[in-house]
Amino acid sequence: MYAQMVKTGVDHIQSKEEMSPEERAFQERVDADIKIEPKEWMPEAYRKTLVRQISQHAHSEIIGMQPEGNWITRAPTLERKAILLAKVQDEAGHGLYLYCAAETLGVTRDELMEQLNSGKAKYSSIFNYPTLTWADIGAIGWLVDGAAIMNQVPLQRCSYGPYSRAMIRICKEESFHQRQGYDIMMKLASGTPEQKQMAQDALNRWWWPSLMMFGPSDADSVHSAQSMRWKIKINSNDELRQKFVDQTVPQAEYLGLTVPDPDLTWNAERGHYDFGKIDWDEFYQVINGNGPCNRQRLRTRVKAYEEGRWVRDAADAYAAKKAARAKAQAA
Amino acid sequence: MTDKKEWPLWEVFIRSQHGLAHRHVGSLHAPDAEMAIMNARDVYTRRNEGVSIWVVRASDIAASSPSEKGPLFEPANSKVYRHPTFYEIPEELGHM
Repeated sequence: MYAQMVKTGVDHIQSKEEMSPEERAFQERVDADIKIEPKEWMPEAYRKTLVRQISQHAHSEIIGMQPEGNWITRAPTLERKAILLAKVQDEAGHGLYLYCAAETLGVTRDELMEQLNSGKAKYSSIFNYPTLTWADIGAIGWLVDGAAIMNQVPLQRCSYGPYSRAMIRICKEESFHQRQGYDIMMKLASGTPEQKQMAQDALNRWWWPSLMMFGPSDADSVHSAQSMRWKIKINSNDELRQKFVDQTVPQAEYLGLTVPDPDLTWNAERGHYDFGKIDWDEFYQVINGNGPCNRQRLRTRVKAYEEGRWVRDAADAYAAKKAARAKAQAA
Repeated sequence: MTDKKEWPLWEVFIRSQHGLAHRHVGSLHAPDAEMAIMNARDVYTRRNEGVSIWVVRASDIAASSPSEKGPLFEPANSKVYRHPTFYEIPEELGHM
C-alpha cells in the first residue's frame, strides 16, 4: 500500500490484564469507535506507529508525483495535459494533508522532510517503476490509484481523528484519479492496434507491482494484528489484494486486455478469482532501494528541494520585511 | 538541509457557501498570513470548496484540555429541560 509493512514495536498483543489502566481505557475507546484526538493520552507505540504509517503515506504521495510528472510535457492533448497537471497537484495536496496529520503527533515538518530527502524514510514500492509510455499514465490511474482506494476507503474509519479526516478528503479526490486513468485506457484500447498494444504493455508491466502494493501476506504478522486492534489498519493485505483482483479483472476484460497471469481463474466455489504467485523477491529488492528508479526518485526529490530554496528564502525575506514595516508604522 | 527556521503552522477555516459558518478544514505552513491564504487556496479549495478563507496561527489558538472534558461539559448533562423534547405538548394542539 502507500504505507507498507509498518512496524508497531510490539512483540505480542497485550491481553486486557496486562494493560495499564490508561491503556485499557484507551483500547476501550478504540473498541467503541470513539476517535482519538491529538492531545489525548495514547500509548507511545500507537503514536510512533501512526507517525511511521502517516509519514510513509505522505512521502508516497510526494514521490508519486514523479512518475506522472514525467508525462506532463508530453501529454497527447492540451486537455489531457491539464487533467494530468490537476492530478499531480492533487497528489501534492494529499501529501500536505497527511504531513499535517502526522505533525499533530509531535513530529515537525522539517524532520519529516529530512527523513524523506536523506533516504531514511520509506515510501511505496510502486513509485520506483518507470513510466515508459503515455499508456503508463492510464495504467497508474486505473491500477495504482485503484489499489490505493481499496486501502484508503476503510481508513476513513480509522481511530485517529486527524488521519481519518485526511483520508476522507483524499478519498473524495482519488475517485477522479482512477476514472481519468481508466478513461485513458479505454481510449487506447479502442484505438489503433499499436495503441491497444501500448495499453496491453502498460498493463503487463503494472499488474504485478500493483498487487505487490498491498504488501506480503500479513496473516501471521503481530504488527498487523496490533495495528488492526488499534484500528489504524482495517483489513488484512490479502483481503484487500483479493478485493482488488476481483474488481479489476472484469475492468480489464471490458477493455479487451489480458491480465498477465496464466494462473488467473474464476473460482466459483470461493466466489473469487484465484491468481498466480507474486514474486516477493522483486518486492523486497524494490523496497530495499534496488528498484528500477529508487536512486533517480530520491535525486529528483532532493534537487527539487534545493532548487526551491530561493523561493522559500524570498518568502521569508518578504515576510520579515512586511513585519518590520508594520512594526515601524505602529511605533 | 540548512533551513533551520520552520515556517509557522496556520489553521485554515473555509466558508463553503454564503450563509454558512467558516469551518476548520486543516492546517499548513507559511511564512506569513498572506502566503498562508494563497497556499490555503491551493491546498484546500481546488474544487470550488470555498467562498472565503480564514487563517489563524495555530499557536494563537487556545483550546480546552481533553483531560478536563468531563468536568468542563458536565454541567450541561443534567439539564435535559433545555431540550424541546423534554416537554410534552398535547397532540390536539398540533405542531409547536
